[in-house]
Amino acid sequence: MSEVKEYPTEPLKVWNEAKALRKKYYEDFLYAHERGGIRWAGGAWSFSSIPAGLGEDVYCITGEPYGATVAFFKEFAAQCHDATEAAGWPRTQCSYMRNYWGSILLDKYILADGTVVDGFPIPDFIWQAHICCSHGKWYQIVKWLDEKKGKKVPMYCVDVSVGYPAEKPLEEYKINYIVRQLDDGIKWMEKVTGREYNDKLLCEAVWNEIRSTRTWAEICALNQAVPAPLDEKTMYSLYVLGTLMKHRPECASFYEKLKAEVEDRVRRGIAATPYERFRVITDTQPPWGFLKIFREMEKYGVVSVGSLYTYGLIGMWEYRPDGTLAPRTMPPKKPQTREEALRMIVEWTIYRPEWAHFYLPEMKTKMMESIVKQWKVNAVLLHYNRGCEGLSLHIAENRLGLLNAGIPVFPFEGNMGDEREFDFPGTLSRLTAFFESMGLKKIKE
Amino acid sequence: MVEEIFQQFKDWIDSRHEYAKAWKERTGGKVCGYFCTYVPEEILYAAGVLPVRILGKHEPIVGTEPYIFAMYCHVCRSALAEGIKGRCNYLDGIVEGQSCLHMRQAFNAWRLHLPTEWAYWIYVPHMVQTPHAVDLLTNELAGFKKAVEEWTGKKITDEELDRGIQILNKNRELMRKVYEYRKLDDPKLTGLEAMEMVLSSQYVDKEEHSKLLETLLEKLPSRQINRGSSIRLMIVGSENDDRVFMKNVEDLDAIFVIDDHCTGTRYFWNSVIPEKDRLRAIAARYVTRPPCPSKDFPDFNRIKNHILPLAQEYKVKGAILVQNKFCDPHGIEIPPLREALKSIGVDTYPLEFDALVPWGQFRTRVEAFLEQLSGMADLF
Ligand code: SF4
Ligand code: SF4
Repeated sequence: MSEVKEYPTEPLKVWNEAKALRKKYYEDFLYAHERGGIRWAGGAWSFSSIPAGLGEDVYCITGEPYGATVAFFKEFAAQCHDATEAAGWPRTQCSYMRNYWGSILLDKYILADGTVVDGFPIPDFIWQAHICCSHGKWYQIVKWLDEKKGKKVPMYCVDVSVGYPAEKPLEEYKINYIVRQLDDGIKWMEKVTGREYNDKLLCEAVWNEIRSTRTWAEICALNQAVPAPLDEKTMYSLYVLGTLMKHRPECASFYEKLKAEVEDRVRRGIAATPYERFRVITDTQPPWGFLKIFREMEKYGVVSVGSLYTYGLIGMWEYRPDGTLAPRTMPPKKPQTREEALRMIVEWTIYRPEWAHFYLPEMKTKMMESIVKQWKVNAVLLHYNRGCEGLSLHIAENRLGLLNAGIPVFPFEGNMGDEREFDFPGTLSRLTAFFESMGLKKIKE
Repeated sequence: MVEEIFQQFKDWIDSRHEYAKAWKERTGGKVCGYFCTYVPEEILYAAGVLPVRILGKHEPIVGTEPYIFAMYCHVCRSALAEGIKGRCNYLDGIVEGQSCLHMRQAFNAWRLHLPTEWAYWIYVPHMVQTPHAVDLLTNELAGFKKAVEEWTGKKITDEELDRGIQILNKNRELMRKVYEYRKLDDPKLTGLEAMEMVLSSQYVDKEEHSKLLETLLEKLPSRQINRGSSIRLMIVGSENDDRVFMKNVEDLDAIFVIDDHCTGTRYFWNSVIPEKDRLRAIAARYVTRPPCPSKDFPDFNRIKNHILPLAQEYKVKGAILVQNKFCDPHGIEIPPLREALKSIGVDTYPLEFDALVPWGQFRTRVEAFLEQLSGMADLF
């Protein structure tokens, strides 16, 4: 114990602000109608800056973070799973989706702090993007379920599955395919809401989204410092704002404030965990009900400095000419017209790192290899996540790729949203055996 | 004679690898494996390439674990297993027309780990309901055509495209005619035979297949299988080539009179409507075909425009829903599909399939379902 260096730690000053923003977000959606506003539902990858042009009182709930919130409160999650299975859906499907449907079937809505209120708020419209087999279909069922409750909810979905610009830019016709769908989507929104669309608000929202997603990448890049100023568990509470409201000014401003604080931590050598001596990353969503696994890792002096998921789900990156991974360069100026805004957000979004592996497993492996190198990582934990066919896609190929690159890999099986499929004690004992095989001993109980 | 024709379909399936090898030797042409029925075979036929579907066998899946996590469906894992076992070494190339994520892994693992001269991915739109889908696919097909030309070293002319379209359209039309005989009160062929007919068309030269279909159509009118009193069933699901299951169910005095599978109606139900821009005409066919559920949203077009009309036209009493374990696109649609079929008086029974199915358990369940359909259950 005496030879292990202890770094200074301190809580994040912006912590409570992050919590308050998240709380308000869930409440805003719930009470939108009482305040005369509009609410829409869709996925975390939907182009959320587009509905922003309908007004400043437009609120959304994104499905994946909602599914994760449900998962975190295991008792409620179990009720949701029972409800979906009883309604006839196989339990092998996306667990976020099942959590979300379960919540509708139970007609109960969970707030960020775990408070469950009666009545799942029905959205005014659904605005989704589709890359995973479950994206469009998830909301097709939401629409179907809402119709059973007597409300016809209009749905629009944007297909983005046109490939990843790995070695060359995407062909013009593919960009146009997405841009045209967005353009039609605006007209559709005007029709279904009866509101006039405001291009100025759209331009602002697009710019906010670009700011948020670029700044989040900059924050993640700061974690290259030793000791790491943030650990993965803390990052979960911070990246989530990007998944909920990346297009909102308060999100962009919050990330800028957070970045300043993290820079200060790096300057002063403030660590996320006191005994950092072995750095790992993970790849995808964790089993949300079992985040305590990160605390167990700390006992070995192991810190997870993030994951491709926390960095790349919302953060936007690029490869620099020297081959390093760096936050993506922002466009030179804010868009001024609808046309510019739509093209800008499409050209920005198609580089989302978490979209690469949908097509090319080699790209995900390459990104993880870059993170390992630049973030000084010792091993990668790969979550064979039974709850998400989208982000577990090609995971076996990634394991092979990382092993070929000489990177130690710890694969474990679990489920981000359904605790029945995660064996905590078994995983923990295999994980500690892995750490011991890496020469680590427990520092503290 | 009719029996011989059905036997030929069966033999083609069982000896599909030998067939493709012999075809190669005979013609000197290239053979291209494809995974999903969204691959425009018209373009391959135009280039003189033989497209053959890559499907696995109903046997324990071994060898895929290092490449595909076992929570993906058996269809994609067993297809890859077929390659890993070296049974498809004769393939000169592989191609996939984007469908579900599961298949994408079989394609990528094949591309990365199995020796293949040529591999191509077509970005078939994921959501065929957008009005921009045909434009996207037309552009994609132009890229595909160019890549095939580079691969084979030969330009594809409009005349050759017309020939490719004609070969596919003819085969589709003939199979649709055969399906007409399943509408009869006493159908002229069983569900298993229909499945073997469609499946074999995915494995062999379609011109040869069509010739046999023409003979079959001459003979079918006089055929009697005396199944008029059997319970009329529909089978619905993803890829399904479980012939043992089909036979076992049909041995229980039930008969499958129609299906919604990509090894069934979804494969051939609509044709290319010729237009000057051949690639656009082909694109339009794939965008408007009875969709795989992975492409069918926000509306349930497959259910509304394909399954329900078929169930009515073919006078089905009940439907067995094949849920390939882990298949997301089909699994998601089970409750709405059951509700929709119920609304037209068709009872449904879902079964979870894997590469091998536990027939012992299934038998009891299918028997109970048939009893329910025949009204027997009410007697007790
Ligand atoms: S499976 Fe994963 S990527 Fe697909 S919708 Fe569910 S959470 Fe999203
Ligand atoms: S549609 Fe379903 S069964 Fe077919 S390959 Fe995809 S996941 Fe598998």
